[in-house]
Amino acid sequence: MLSRTADHLFWMARYIERAENTARILDVAHRTAMLPDEDEGAVARLWFAPLNICGSAEGYEKKYGLVEAGNVTRYIALDPDNPSSIYSSLMQARESARAVRGAITTEMWEIINSMWLDLKRMLPSLDQANLDGFFDWVKERSHLFRGVTLGTILKDDALYFIRLGTFLERADNTARILDVKYHILLPSVADVGGAADYYQWGALLNSVSAQEAYRKIYRDSITPMRVAELLILRADMPRSLHACLNEVDSTLEVINGSTGREARRLAGELHAALHFTRIEDVFAHGLHEYLTDFLARTHQLSNEIHDAYLSLKDDKIPGGIRPDRFQLQLQSTSP
Amino acid sequence: MVKMNQVGSVNAFDEMHGFDGVTRSQYLDVAKHLLSLPVDSLGQKQRDAELLFRRMGITFAVYGAAAEEERLIPFDVVPRVFGAQEWQRLEAGLKQRVKALNMFLHDIYHDREIIKAGVIPAEQVLGNSMYCAAMQGVDLPNQVYAQIAGIDLVRVAENDFYVLEDNLRTPSGVSYMLENRNTMMRLFPQLFTQHTVRPVAHYPQLLLQTLRESAPAYVENPVIVVLTPGAYNSAYFEHAFLASQMGVELVEGKDLFVSGHKVYMRTTQGPQQVHVIYRRVDDDYLDPLAFKPESMLGVPGLFDAYCHGGVALTNGVGTGIADDKSTYLFVPQMIEFYLGEQPLLSNVPTWRLDRPDDLSYVLEHLPELVVKEVQGSGGYGMLVGPTSAKAEIEAYRARILKNPAGFIAQPTLALSTCPTMVESGVAPRHVDLRPFVLSGKEIRLAPGGLTRVALAEGSLVVNSSQGGGTKDTWVLEE
Repeated sequence: MLSRTADHLFWMARYIERAENTARILDVAHRTAMLPDEDEGAVARLWFAPLNICGSAEGYEKKYGLVEAGNVTRYIALDPDNPSSIYSSLMQARESARAVRGAITTEMWEIINSMWLDLKRMLPSLDQANLDGFFDWVKERSHLFRGVTLGTILKDDALYFIRLGTFLERADNTARILDVKYHILLPSVADVGGAADYYQWGALLNSVSAQEAYRKIYRDSITPMRVAELLILRADMPRSLHACLNEVDSTLEVINGSTGREARRLAGELHAALHFTRIEDVFAHGLHEYLTDFLARTHQLSNEIHDAYLSLKDDKIPGGIRPDRFQLQLQSTSP
Repeated sequence: MVKMNQVGSVNAFDEMHGFDGVTRSQYLDVAKHLLSLPVDSLGQKQRDAELLFRRMGITFAVYGAAAEEERLIPFDVVPRVFGAQEWQRLEAGLKQRVKALNMFLHDIYHDREIIKAGVIPAEQVLGNSMYCAAMQGVDLPNQVYAQIAGIDLVRVAENDFYVLEDNLRTPSGVSYMLENRNTMMRLFPQLFTQHTVRPVAHYPQLLLQTLRESAPAYVENPVIVVLTPGAYNSAYFEHAFLASQMGVELVEGKDLFVSGHKVYMRTTQGPQQVHVIYRRVDDDYLDPLAFKPESMLGVPGLFDAYCHGGVALTNGVGTGIADDKSTYLFVPQMIEFYLGEQPLLSNVPTWRLDRPDDLSYVLEHLPELVVKEVQGSGGYGMLVGPTSAKAEIEAYRARILKNPAGFIAQPTLALSTCPTMVESGVAPRHVDLRPFVLSGKEIRLAPGGLTRVALAEGSLVVNSSQGGGTKDTWVLEE
């Protein structure tokens, strides 16, 4: 597969996943905002969190200054000036898809294209009152895209690079959500069990569609440590770090060719660590420190993948060029 | 209005009704199943079609329009229909013409017999800016230069077709031929159930076959790619479409590099050699080392690799010498010279304004004529005398006088019309036809082509950049 094509597929998938996660984050903020407020500071913290998770705090501050619900929502959801808004993510996903039209199926293209066209059509009529529906729409479209992808695309490198993009982005987002929420929610580890706390943690679980899974697995009240365990270490929880790295690790194994050894090593290491770590160790190390380290390492992994597969540099033909198909055939048929 | 009618619908041959208003036999099905629908529901089909095109992203960019603007080429739901026999005649004429054009190109870049024989003046070829001296003596697979040719035809009567122009560089529009058919089959499945319309969907397979045959002779199983200028090119949709239909990579210049007269693409598994490049990048931009140094679209060293036989380019380099509007005048003589046959398709009678007699005739009759730039394309920079205001004609006269050799003139042809959905209902609109002729080891074409329609009443300009639309083109089984 062309490196440029792989690059576009990887980023197309990342941007779709990013749009979905951003919608989830905003959705939770909206739901949480409906709970009774304690004080002004809590409201500001509540709305600062999504800015922080999405890496949009600096841009927002320049444009608006004070944190205010409507502005935060608009900036993160719909602002073309914000490179990580849902709007920008969908635009970039579509631009990437457009650049590799031939490498994705017609059905995939139609979903991604109509997603963008619908967004542009809806844009003028979107406001605070109907944003709930909008967040659901983004999630549904992202689900649809994933379903259509799995249902129509050939299982080859194109799918593998799409999956790499999806799961690296998801791992990154889950780690960020957990990190930022944890800071807000947990002034002291001892302070657990209150009703507000229950709703807050419940909202976090909701944001990653983990509320039902939590109930099924633990059948008990929500505690921070279990939430962290569920979202970091449970391999059967689709948005956990462990599940994401499972996918990344196994996908790197099946990509054709012998490049990317360093990426494989890194992914294997990360995956093994998640596999064998206990949640008590994570808390002993410090959850924030643990997540910061995880984010740094996934970033490094993303860079390794870029260097090994996606970049256009390096004209040098290594010692021998990979024999192309007809040469291989010749070799295999010769006595 | 009166003026429009002189060139417009009144005295034009109608694809459906001929000259006398009687429905021609190939249109009976269309009349019965499609045009019998109420105008409202036809209009609804038209809107459905637009939605389909928009969703599929079949759009094109217009030069000079805002970068992110993507327009749809209007699609008309009333098909243009050929009977089996009239198509057979066209097909024979097209193959003959393209064969002669390729023989001409090989001759010009080798022994120049046609010049020695005095059939074409040397200065017509060697003094032409489209002549590519670097191609002299370069041997190409199958001796074919234009593997993909788009021949623009117009009709003026039941049996009278004229070739308006040969497109031998990077002709586009074939994706519309395919998607128009797709759309018609989705909108009117009942029209196709009797299987009387010959399919065109195998065009990508014909193209792939042609490209495989065009590989350097020593390659057994060639790696083929489509080279596009990129996502912002007006025909990008088509490039991506054809690559995916053929199952080959769509590459940009930056995906390729040259080493030791061989061309490689950069892949996730390292460099892979490429043997045939179906390039949709103009000659000038192919290789910054050989042509325009500022080109960012090309591949340094590509032309040199091509000349050494390390890679095949389709179409070949330097084909512009054969589809230039001044060379066009000689195509009938080429057919006689190379094939010893009478041309089956006629040229439009043409005045060359570098000839004093022609010039003075044309200047006297500007309001009746169509005048074109020799180098122009896309319907830009032409004068359609009968529909132009006096001031426009005078302005054009001044342009001609500055450089007469840069222009040719032709009579205003009463292009045939075809029933077309317009705001006021179904009305006749002028059409042309671009079939696509493929030349590998043999010459092939899909039964059909791209029918373009001038949507404005009385207009003769069918180019999509100038408000033209397209129709599905049917060739019926015998």
